[in-house]
Amino acid sequence: MLSRKGRRWGADACVVGFSGGGVGAEFGDPLRERMVVPSLKLQDLIEEIRGAKTQAQEREVIQKECAHIRASFRDGDPVHRHRQLAKLLYVHMLGYPAHFGQMECLKLIASSRFTDKRVGYLGAMLLLDERHDAHLLITNSIKNDLSQGIQPVQGLALCTLSTMGSAEMCRDLAPEVEKLLLQPSPYVRKKAILTAVHMIRKVPELSSVFLPPCAQLLHERHHGILLGTITLITELCERSPAALRHFRKVVPQLVQILRTLVTTGYSTEHSISGVSDPFLQVQILRLLRILGRNHEDSSETMNDLLAQVATNTDTSRNAGNAVLFETVLTIMDIRSAAGLRVLAVNILGRFLLNSDRNIRYVALTSLLRLVQSDHSAVQRHRPTVVECLRETDASLSRRALELSLALVNSSNVRAMMQELQAFLESCPPDLRADCASGILLAAERFAPTKRWHIDTILHVLTTAGTHVQDDAVANLTQLIGGAQELHAYSVRRLYNALAENISQQPLVQVAAWCIGEYGDLLLAGNCEEIEPLQVDEEEVLALLEKVLQSHMSLPATRGYALTALMKLSTRLCGDNKAAILEKMPLVERDGPQADEEAKESKEAAQLSEAAPVPTEPQASQLLDLLDLLDGTSGDVQHPPPLDPSPGGALVHLLDLPCAPPSPAPIPDLKVFEREGVQLNLSFIRPPENPALLLITVTATNFSEGDVTHFICQAAVPKSLQLQLQAPSGNTVPARGGLPITQLFRILNPNKAPLRLKLRLTYNHFHQSVQEIFEVNNLPVESWQ
Amino acid sequence: MQFMLLFSRQGKLRLQKWYVPLSDKEKKKITRELVQTVLARKPKMCSFLEWRDLKIVYKRYASLYFCCAIEDQDNELITLEIIHRYVELLDKYFGSVCELDIIFNFEKAYFILDEFLLGGEVQETSKKNVLKAIEQADLLQESPKKTLSPIF
Repeated sequence: MLSRKGRRWGADACVVGFSGGGVGAEFGDPLRERMVVPSLKLQDLIEEIRGAKTQAQEREVIQKECAHIRASFRDGDPVHRHRQLAKLLYVHMLGYPAHFGQMECLKLIASSRFTDKRVGYLGAMLLLDERHDAHLLITNSIKNDLSQGIQPVQGLALCTLSTMGSAEMCRDLAPEVEKLLLQPSPYVRKKAILTAVHMIRKVPELSSVFLPPCAQLLHERHHGILLGTITLITELCERSPAALRHFRKVVPQLVQILRTLVTTGYSTEHSISGVSDPFLQVQILRLLRILGRNHEDSSETMNDLLAQVATNTDTSRNAGNAVLFETVLTIMDIRSAAGLRVLAVNILGRFLLNSDRNIRYVALTSLLRLVQSDHSAVQRHRPTVVECLRETDASLSRRALELSLALVNSSNVRAMMQELQAFLESCPPDLRADCASGILLAAERFAPTKRWHIDTILHVLTTAGTHVQDDAVANLTQLIGGAQELHAYSVRRLYNALAENISQQPLVQVAAWCIGEYGDLLLAGNCEEIEPLQVDEEEVLALLEKVLQSHMSLPATRGYALTALMKLSTRLCGDNKAAILEKMPLVERDGPQADEEAKESKEAAQLSEAAPVPTEPQASQLLDLLDLLDGTSGDVQHPPPLDPSPGGALVHLLDLPCAPPSPAPIPDLKVFEREGVQLNLSFIRPPENPALLLITVTATNFSEGDVTHFICQAAVPKSLQLQLQAPSGNTVPARGGLPITQLFRILNPNKAPLRLKLRLTYNHFHQSVQEIFEVNNLPVESWQ
Repeated sequence: MQFMLLFSRQGKLRLQKWYVPLSDKEKKKITRELVQTVLARKPKMCSFLEWRDLKIVYKRYASLYFCCAIEDQDNELITLEIIHRYVELLDKYFGSVCELDIIFNFEKAYFILDEFLLGGEVQETSKKNVLKAIEQADLLQESPKKTLSPIF
């Protein structure tokens, strides 16, 4: 056994400033006067680098050493060149430049010492690049080394050629490699064969050189040679239809080789977990796949063997499953008998139940590829696929989701939707959007009834409202609108959903629209399909108002709510409008919002011709309206009762006490960014409380790493009062996962200039991050 | 196989074998991004991921990640066996291998890999043969005057 500490790299010192080589340049000879500077052994250098406490220290050590190495190269010391290069290769791996070692590789390769060649060739593979002409300079050395018959040296040369050999080098050296294919030593032959594979990849025309020897090579018993040959034949067949046709005739021979492998007792030398040489088996199966594709006869010849491998391979360990997996891929790709195909799909189905999640992964990926061509066979495994939705690994549950969606059809749609909706409730955030849109699409294609369809969409909007696409709202309103028999049902369900939760914007929008349209049905009290619900106007209006008030509501949502209120005012005729008279709706005036409100105002105008309607959605216009009224008191809490009348209803709705004009919206502010993590502030000044400033802090994460343990703290000047509400969470998942939001309430009655200092702590990329900073560029509207 | 990377849990590169021609700059970029991606994976996740147009197969052994990039038509499960076989070879050579062995003897790690894979393909499926070849080469390095019998 070789000891790990056993390798030492030659003498301890190298001579600096000594020119004119020679083996006698060792240290310790007192008669020779020269400068002797001890150079580090490789392992000592490594230790020194690892001992550096900072990046700067490491850089210093390395720069110092590289200077020594450079000097040593300049002086042409042949004895220690290999050690110097080895050190250089180490620092190269750490990311430091090493191009000045390129020529040294050449010198070392040309040396007759094996130590030199070993390091020289390694250097060539790491430092020489086929884009630079320098790489061609080793061609001659390689040629010499290939022809000198020393096996380890030939091995080095072939390895280097197959790793970094450019097209030009391959053309030059093809004859050498060809000669080595049929040499006696298996050690060299197996390497020559794989070098030929590389050469064909670089210079496809060389196929003509390397095709003829294959037939003879296929008769070899040595596993390495056989494996290389099969890899070579595979490469030839993939590149040329003529070669493919040519090699079809070896299908029987390949079948025989594989059969021998699996039937004869295993050899300990080549087996893994009781499976004979799985690497070789997989390679043979892959070649069979290529040869059997679209070819009846070849497929026929391999049929029995494939069935045998599929049934007899030991599946207790990964090695056997690797072979089985390749077998399945081959069966599915060639013209196999129907029974064999079903067997293959069933193997994949069994893989889905395997405790090893890697096996489940390849099963899901493969089934996804087959779901179109072998739909009914895959359908049989639907229950198992659905089970995989519960996977904790997101890459598995994603595939399970894709596959599940592909398996939905008209007969299983109800059961499948149930599973998928359950999944939607608990799935990782980055899958929500795909799941939601997948469910909606499937619902559209296969909905058994309209009511079921509405229920499904409703559930999706409730569960994952923020993740649905924009057209979901329009689709649902259209669907409901067109199903007259379901108007009452829809409006009740939507009302209930809205009452529970007003944060999911698409749901709120649809609900508001629906209540506006069918509010009368809602209040009518009877609906056959669901429990009777007693709702009175006050509650409905209060709910819509709540939507208008909420800082969670988007401008578009407020538009929907406003429209609904306007519509209801013409449809309802109750006495008590107390609820809506208390506060004025907060109207924001972004560009598109203004258009929408103008549109809605026009709609409202059509609904009630009598009342004057503002054509411009501005608070000041509402004020003008109020001027038309008389007798409204400024008391917010107890407005006087007013006469109800259809035409006057709209006016009553807008009959509100004087309120200050609502301010322009304050622009958002991005205050922090680091490695894909961003912090944004948005500001609201509620008009009814001029001293109050609401700041919503949003933390987003577009990096590849999760942000965890996120805490945001804030400080303001003494004259202001700050209250932090609890954040929505402490984690922002990677790649645009659900952001954290947190509300700050700041009271600033004296209108003192706002200053805000933030302290963030969180974990990101396995590091704890702390940032303390003052927010610049706070808009003046936030405190004036 | 397009490339194999070995790196520590802190993201420090311990070995890089590239079987496709890429500039130094491209290699650095790929390495950086891939290391970040793999290190972000949770322990219970599967060993495969899709990255750019490649399939990545990775496995952690103690403090070292072994990470291979394979092509679309390559078999992920057998790649796991390739990784495992390489670890076994290192283990046999160094005697209970640990990350420090690979750090201090990185050139040996390359030599061993080069006796197992060639041009990104498996060249020798017998553990015995691979180890014998390395032994022969080490002997040749130590005493160049010794005449060697053919390796097999």
